[in-house]
Amino acid sequence: MGDRAELAADVLVIGGGMAAAWAAISAARAGAEVVLADKGFVGTSGVTATGGPNHWWVAPEPGKREKAIEERYARSFGLAEKEWMARIIDATWQTLPQLAGYYPFGSDGRGGTYYSGLRGPEYMRALRRFAIDAGVRVLDHHPALELLLNGDGTVAGAAGYDRLRRRPWKIRAGGVVLATGGCSFRSGLIGSHGNTGDGYLMAAEAGAELSGMEFNTAYSLSPAWNSTRTLPYPSARFFDAEGDELDIPPPSAEAEQLRALGAAMLRGPVYADLGDAPPLLKRILARIQPASPTPFERKGIRLFDDRFEVKLFGEGTVRGIGGLRIIDDDCQTTVRGLFAAGDTATRELIAGATSGGGAQNSAWALTSGLIAGASAAALARSDGRRAADPARAVGMAGLHPASAPRPVDDAAIIAGVQAQTIAYDKALWRSATSLAASQTVLDGLWSELASHRHSSGLDQVAARETAAITATARWCNAAALARNENRGMHRRIDMAGPTPEREYRLLTGGLDDVWTRYETDNPHRLPVEVAA
Amino acid sequence: MIAHIFEELCDGCNACVAVCPTHVLDPGMDGAPVIARLDQCQTCFMCELYCETDAIYVGPDQRVAEPVDADAIRASGHLGRLRKDYGWDRPDRTDHLADFWQLGPLLREGAEIAARRYADRHADAPGQPG
Repeated sequence: MGDRAELAADVLVIGGGMAAAWAAISAARAGAEVVLADKGFVGTSGVTATGGPNHWWVAPEPGKREKAIEERYARSFGLAEKEWMARIIDATWQTLPQLAGYYPFGSDGRGGTYYSGLRGPEYMRALRRFAIDAGVRVLDHHPALELLLNGDGTVAGAAGYDRLRRRPWKIRAGGVVLATGGCSFRSGLIGSHGNTGDGYLMAAEAGAELSGMEFNTAYSLSPAWNSTRTLPYPSARFFDAEGDELDIPPPSAEAEQLRALGAAMLRGPVYADLGDAPPLLKRILARIQPASPTPFERKGIRLFDDRFEVKLFGEGTVRGIGGLRIIDDDCQTTVRGLFAAGDTATRELIAGATSGGGAQNSAWALTSGLIAGASAAALARSDGRRAADPARAVGMAGLHPASAPRPVDDAAIIAGVQAQTIAYDKALWRSATSLAASQTVLDGLWSELASHRHSSGLDQVAARETAAITATARWCNAAALARNENRGMHRRIDMAGPTPEREYRLLTGGLDDVWTRYETDNPHRLPVEVAA
Repeated sequence: MIAHIFEELCDGCNACVAVCPTHVLDPGMDGAPVIARLDQCQTCFMCELYCETDAIYVGPDQRVAEPVDADAIRASGHLGRLRKDYGWDRPDRTDHLADFWQLGPLLREGAEIAARRYADRHADAPGQPG
């Protein structure tokens, strides 16, 4: 293949977590020739591999699913769709047991098999093997840099860089699935170093739209020096540097707990004490999540006896809600042939304005992967690969500076973005004044990057990650500024609400010029009657 | 962050180079891989999990590289413990996942403990300081 790898396939799946793997498996089962290209390694990439996702799991018993959907819909602030909820519950129930043979399902403690929760490293290892057995060609360490479009604006494939062999690649495909995860703004959240919003940026450059980006203020608690899973911490008591106990609301208080912890952390270091943790947890934590006690053991800290400093790691759109706008039942974006799955897609369809949390988001990742993969395969079957048609690469920022190239400090840009996005004062106490000030800063960072950042070889990967983080921050900020109310995860200190006239999804997009508009024309959602 | 690869334990299989999701490692010229991009290490321990000769030690702090005392690490018993806790040293057995179903109930129990404690504190203290 020489200095450049050029391939053609029916379906190209970009990403390497659970949504990407399920998409690739689904497309292959539909008869497509599938390439799965990931930035890292399919098996360790992304936030599933280091986690242990539970899935929304409701038996098909009379009334049970309807009840679960009604309860969850009531917390969606009107932005979810019950039909989508039913789809992900059913697909998850049907699909997870199919992993038997790849994943060692164990007891549920009640004489049955425990299917709904899977430990991350074993889950992703199983999906890798399942995909390969289904005929998927897996390309690890093949970050995609930009999408290719046909002359008619439909997606034609992607171009990227093989970072182990140090050479560019180009893959033509009849359908492309983006499953590159969300964006945690490089907060240090476990497993998310590569979750830089790459899919959002590539799709937006191709003309796709985003939705729900204002719902991004999720955090998870961990030792200040290492983001672990959160199982050890829900019962924690909190103390300040003087050793005085802080009056922090419990996890069920959600935003109130975040604000109380965030306020305390803005004042100074906060320490956790896990002495109240369930006795059983103290005994078996290492058997459930071996990697959670490990950093404590290595630091010489007794997890359940010693106090240790904690902080909140930003989850951005990982446990947030926003992502690429989905316009049909096939998980297609506004760009024909471009499908989105998992955290790359908006999860408003199943969660509305309240985070789906782990279980619902996992069911979404699985189901949207299955749907997107099958839909991409069907499109490739009907339209063909079109591998000989002329196609153009549409990536810009970080690859092709709009003005004179000059050195740009990625670390400084990312730190600048973090200060406007995941910084507690900005995210947890939003106001028009604060968001407008952030917009000015973020526009400046984007302008610096888009105007001057140039890259070649391996450095293209870092350049595009910085561009994607910055672009994602601008969409999140613009949406937070435009949504003049409180709704679910989005909280403004200068607004009331939720207000009936804003019970719509909020769309955003654009690169140099970011736009927003309410989705008032969605036929799947009933319009709200508002008195004139 | 990944702190040390024990060359005397490494068999040069380069599995860690392949599985590292963030491209921290390069294959070595002869023998052990090289830590080439430490700033990209996210302290996810995946390299340790996939290292069948237990030749890798990941330090507990994800923000900074800490000084490495190779002899002390070998004496500590940490090498390979994570892989054993995961049960990946016993590929023919599945009992290492026998307790995994307890994750959800234990998360809920922890949150309930915090909620009860908060309610008790605020029930005890109407009109009282603290």
